[in-house]
Parts: sequence; structure tokens; C-alpha cells
Amino acid sequence: MSATSADRAAPRSPGELFFVFSQLALQGFGGVLPIARHMLVERYRWLSIDEFTDILARCHALPGPNIINVSICIGSRHFGALGALAACSGLIAAPFVLVLLLGVFYQSFADVPAIAAALRGSAAIGAGLMIATALRMSVSPRLRSWRTVFGLLAFAAVSWLRLPLALVLGVLVPFALAAAWLEGNR
Amino acid sequence: MLDRLGILAADFGVLSLLSVGGGVSALPEMHRTMVEVHGWMTSAQFAQLYALAQAAPGPNMLVVTLLGWQTAGFAGALVTTGAMCLPSCTLTFWVDRLWRSESAVAWRNVLDNGLAAITVGLIAASGVLLARAADINPAATGLTAAATVLTWRTQIHPLWLIAAGALAGIAGLV
Repeated sequence: MSATSADRAAPRSPGELFFVFSQLALQGFGGVLPIARHMLVERYRWLSIDEFTDILARCHALPGPNIINVSICIGSRHFGALGALAACSGLIAAPFVLVLLLGVFYQSFADVPAIAAALRGSAAIGAGLMIATALRMSVSPRLRSWRTVFGLLAFAAVSWLRLPLALVLGVLVPFALAAAWLEGNR
Repeated sequence: MLDRLGILAADFGVLSLLSVGGGVSALPEMHRTMVEVHGWMTSAQFAQLYALAQAAPGPNMLVVTLLGWQTAGFAGALVTTGAMCLPSCTLTFWVDRLWRSESAVAWRNVLDNGLAAITVGLIAASGVLLARAADINPAATGLTAAATVLTWRTQIHPLWLIAAGALAGIAGLV
């Protein structure tokens, strides 16, 4: 059951934002978004599912990691800049420490064959996860017709030609936006 | 050391604003910078650091923390993480306020429709990059292919697949 306007709750302090987003991050193995949806919409009821989807769509259009942008939006809604800071740092602080600990651990044990091998295996899996993500996203109806061309161009430019990202986006994005705007105003 | 921190701050600060559709679309560019332009790590190391970041809970974009740490220690980790977050977070904060005060549905549709395909292209490029770095033998390629198919067609949680990959490695398959 998700929140409606009537039974919406709200975070009581920036501290609570920090605490809840920390929980999200620490449970977010392989991606924070699914657990974020569950905690924010179903458990804490700070948003309805529609509001969550809405915020996610906006954050997807903005540069930067999606879930971090989401934390900024939600935090800012309740306690302004301080709320945004609390939510975002909650999301990053504990994982930052953990990932460095993992790095240090790995460096100490990198010459243990089993550990290096385990990482090689999971790196190969990680590549597959990423490719599958692109495949799952590519069935979206937003990707039909002319848009496919932009997707292929972006892929080719970065993957084959190894062009700098700034150049690729600088060229493709204006045309893609212009095409989208023209289509919307036909 | 200080010049490395400066370069890291500048590179990741710019990347922060170029990573449309999410942090991972900037992964090939991070690779280009770290491995090809500056030569601060090998391709294999890059893939390993990404695998570590993925194994840790939290946003996968925290790979930048490890990239900074590998390059310039703890200071490097702080600089890359901050540089990757601050520009885009600031932009998001202001744009979000703008979008809450006016009706901006039309603009959002234009952005969504215009950028969606480019985002998918970039994520596909990230996947191919990781595969090139990680698939050092046919067995590894097999793991990548299996993970691709299973994630694409089923609802298996990624963590199971990562664990299976790690076990396959320990078992001497990779």
C-alpha cells in the first residue's frame, strides 16, 4: 500500500533524511533504486509511487548519478538545501567508507590467487549486467525511429571511435533535443 | 601529487555534468581518462576497481572513489567523489526548484525523448568497455554472455550472478 495525499508522512529532520538514505545505500547491492522505491514509497510513505516515478524521470534527464539526484530532490523538498545535503551525504557517506575498506582489503590480498580470481569472475559478470541493462532499456517505445540512430551514433562514437564524451554529447545532444522538440510540435 | 588532485578535480567535475542518464554513462570516458590519456592504471585494473565498487553496497558511481584512491590515495578518493557529485547535485538542486515552481512538462518530454536513446547507447558502450577489459579468456566471455542473457530475460537478482561469477573465478574457471 503506498501513500496518498491523506496519509503522507514526512521526514522530521535533516538527520532523519541522512539516516534513512544511509539505510537505502547500505541495502543497495547492485543498485539502490529498487530498495529506494520500497523504502520511500511503501515503508516511510514520504512519496506516492507517482511522485517517485516523476522525480526519477526528471533526475534521469539531468546529469549525474540518478539516485543521488533523487536524494537531492527529496531532501530539498522538505528542508531545502540542508535537506538535500543531508539526504545526499547519507547516501554516499557509508558506502564511501565501505568501498575504500574494500579497496584496501583487496590491495592487501590481491596476490592471493583465489581473491584475484573471484574478482575476475565478478568483473566478467558485471560487464554482462551492464550490457543487459542497455538491452532492457532499448525496448522502450521512446527509442523507436530516429532516436535509434542517435543511440547507435553515441555507442559507435564512444565505443569504436573512442571520442571524448564532451565532443560526442556536444554534437549529438543539440540535434537530439531539436528533433524531439520538432516532433512534439508537429 | 597536487597536480594529480587538480587534474582529478577538473576531469571528474566536468564528467559530473556530462553524465546524462546516470553516472555509468560516463564510464567509458573515465576509462579513457584514467587508462588512455593519463596512463594511471591498466585496463584490467579499471575493470577490477569497477567490480569492487559493484560488490560494495551503494551507488555504483562510487567507482570514482576507487579510481581516485588508486591514483592519489585518500585525498584522491575525496577529490573524485566530491568532484563527481557537487556540479551535478548543484544543477539538480536549482533545476528541481525551477521545475517545482512552474509547469515544465513540455520541456521534460523533450529532454526525455531526446536523451533516452543517447543514454542507452552510452550504457551499451559502458558494457562493451567492461567486457573488453574483463573478458581475458573464453571462459570470462562465457560468464559475460551468461550474465547478459540471464539479466535480460529473467528477474534474477544481480547479487546472485556476481556471487556465481566470483565462485567461478575461485574454482579456477576464469
